Amino acid sequence: MKTLPLILAGLCLGTLLPLSARAAAETNQPIKIGAIFAVTGPPAFLGAPEEKTARMLVDKINASGGVLGRKLELIVKDSGGSPEKAVSFAKQLIEEDKVLAIIGPSTSGETLQIKKLCEENQMILVSCAAADAIVNPLAKYVFKTPQKDSQAATWIYRTMKEQGISKIAILTGNDGFGASGKKQLEELAKTEGIDIVADEVYDKQATDLTDVLTKVKATPGVQAVVNWSIVPAQSIVAKNMKQLGMNIPLFQSHGFGNRKYAEQAGVAAEGILFPAGRLLVVEELPDSNPQKALLAAYKKDYEAAYKEDVSTFGGHAYDAILIVTEAIKKAGSTDRAQVRDAIENLHGLVGTAGIYNFSATDHTGLDLDAFEMLTVKNGKFTLYKK
Amino acid sequence: MENTSLALQYLLSGVTKGSIYAVVAIGFNLIYSATGVLNFAQGEFVMLGGMVAITLAHYAPLPVAVAGAVVIVALLGGLLEVAFFRKLRRHSVLHLIIITIGLSIVLQEAALHLWDEKVRSLPYFTGNEVSSVKILGAAISPQVLWVLGTVAVMVISLQVFLKYTLPGRAMRACSSNPDAAMLAGINIPNMRTLSFALSAALGALAGCVISPITMTHYEMGAPLAIKGFAAAILGGLGNPMGAVAGGLLVGVLEAFAVSKLPAAYNDVAAFAVLLLVLFVRPHGLFGRPGGESVREH
Repeated sequence: MKTLPLILAGLCLGTLLPLSARAAAETNQPIKIGAIFAVTGPPAFLGAPEEKTARMLVDKINASGGVLGRKLELIVKDSGGSPEKAVSFAKQLIEEDKVLAIIGPSTSGETLQIKKLCEENQMILVSCAAADAIVNPLAKYVFKTPQKDSQAATWIYRTMKEQGISKIAILTGNDGFGASGKKQLEELAKTEGIDIVADEVYDKQATDLTDVLTKVKATPGVQAVVNWSIVPAQSIVAKNMKQLGMNIPLFQSHGFGNRKYAEQAGVAAEGILFPAGRLLVVEELPDSNPQKALLAAYKKDYEAAYKEDVSTFGGHAYDAILIVTEAIKKAGSTDRAQVRDAIENLHGLVGTAGIYNFSATDHTGLDLDAFEMLTVKNGKFTLYKK
Repeated sequence: MENTSLALQYLLSGVTKGSIYAVVAIGFNLIYSATGVLNFAQGEFVMLGGMVAITLAHYAPLPVAVAGAVVIVALLGGLLEVAFFRKLRRHSVLHLIIITIGLSIVLQEAALHLWDEKVRSLPYFTGNEVSSVKILGAAISPQVLWVLGTVAVMVISLQVFLKYTLPGRAMRACSSNPDAAMLAGINIPNMRTLSFALSAALGALAGCVISPITMTHYEMGAPLAIKGFAAAILGGLGNPMGAVAGGLLVGVLEAFAVSKLPAAYNDVAAFAVLLLVLFVRPHGLFGRPGGESVREH
């Protein structure tokens, strides 16, 4: 009979010890965050800085103790900008790696392909792409960090009105970004009182655009040109305009947000106007600006670690990681539903793109204030002063 | 803008693009003439020429960088031929063409990893991004004049090489009758290597001179190859002057298409004309009928 208590004690220990060991192990397990970036491929100008930024920030967070006492583990997948690969990587991250959240993808096309998949699997997705369709219609688990295309277009039009410009030409590249910009520019023109007298779409791989610009030059009454594209067309348009002797203002999209693009256009870049986040002009911000400290630190760390200029694109990944980690801290847990709720309750979160205020109806979190109008002076980006 | 200077401006714009296509088409044409192979990696030779020159330009003055790039890419072209084509026995030209497509993909990825995804360019050879030369009320960048000059030099040098030098004449012999050439003691595999190296050199030089206009980046090869190929076909394979004419014609057609149609349709217009010409003259505008017989060697 004496052996029965011994057996019972043994059984208790036998079950409790492994359980507590497992509990201890779980709290030492890293928090897995997945990321799908276009590190290579045509959108690499987005994905490469995003990947670098994400790694840099995760290393920094881990160096100061991690989140809730646990280290972060970043699992990066390179989609090359392909929506098919993005879908297959998303499935992998959801089913095999079982990550807490997915950061990215870099492009709107890829994001829209995995939006439903993530929502159905209740996987938090914080996209680094800008299309309005990502958060509209709203999906509970899907968020995005960049500003809206419509906000960029609004800034351009308001600056034009201040300059007394009402008749414009718009040039857009034949890719998703260009198409989205064209749509926004055309829709907002009416409400903002702008008359689009020339509207041309060009091949994004075009090597020379003097023919399209000749057509614009020949259109009477054009007071300014808006170009909505990515590299290299952004620089080619700027150079061609000057070569043709067109001295009207050139507005670019927020896709111009890397100092290298101004360098590539050289002298032709002088006076280009474009909306962008404040990262590019951080030195000009007053110390009282709430974003200044974060932006200055990001710029310094990135440029020291990677020996290349910061761009606003890398900042989208910074903000995505920040949002996820702050939500984890706020929720006090790594339960996905709780973290998701916590994201919706983030207010006044200072990021690189602006100050985020999420809600159940707003999964972008940024308003018009997130942008500033910038211009190029002496080859450098600077705040545009009226 | 009054009508004549407007038309002239479109023409000059067409010449700008056309000269870029022409300079790529010349390289296509050379390998085709010498070996019967359509080298779809020609665009990558252009890209590599620009990329290598940009890297060398950090350490050496511009002319040295350009010369260095041409030599390096020429050696690469020759090496690729030796590595991939020479060992094949009883290969058909179709296999070779497919191999060049594979090579173009490999070279593109290699460039992405050797350099990166960023867009770069060489400095303008004369002037800068805003300089323009005014001709009767229309404007053109001085770099375009450099491209046209390079095209002229290439064509003239090629004609001299093919007509008056021994290796050049040997190349022409290979292309018109390989069996007879072999019997005459010409080393056919070496001729093929030489044609690849030469074509790579021409492509590299093209890549350098167009770099300030088009910007150089790892993906620029494929669209250039397609337009260059179309230009070479339009002008007629087997004739270097045809390549130049074809290139300029495609460029000018695109520019005038933009003047009348939405810009999005300019490729459609150019390729439509290409197809029409091929229906009427299958050998292209200046091609010689003997030029496209398929050689099995």
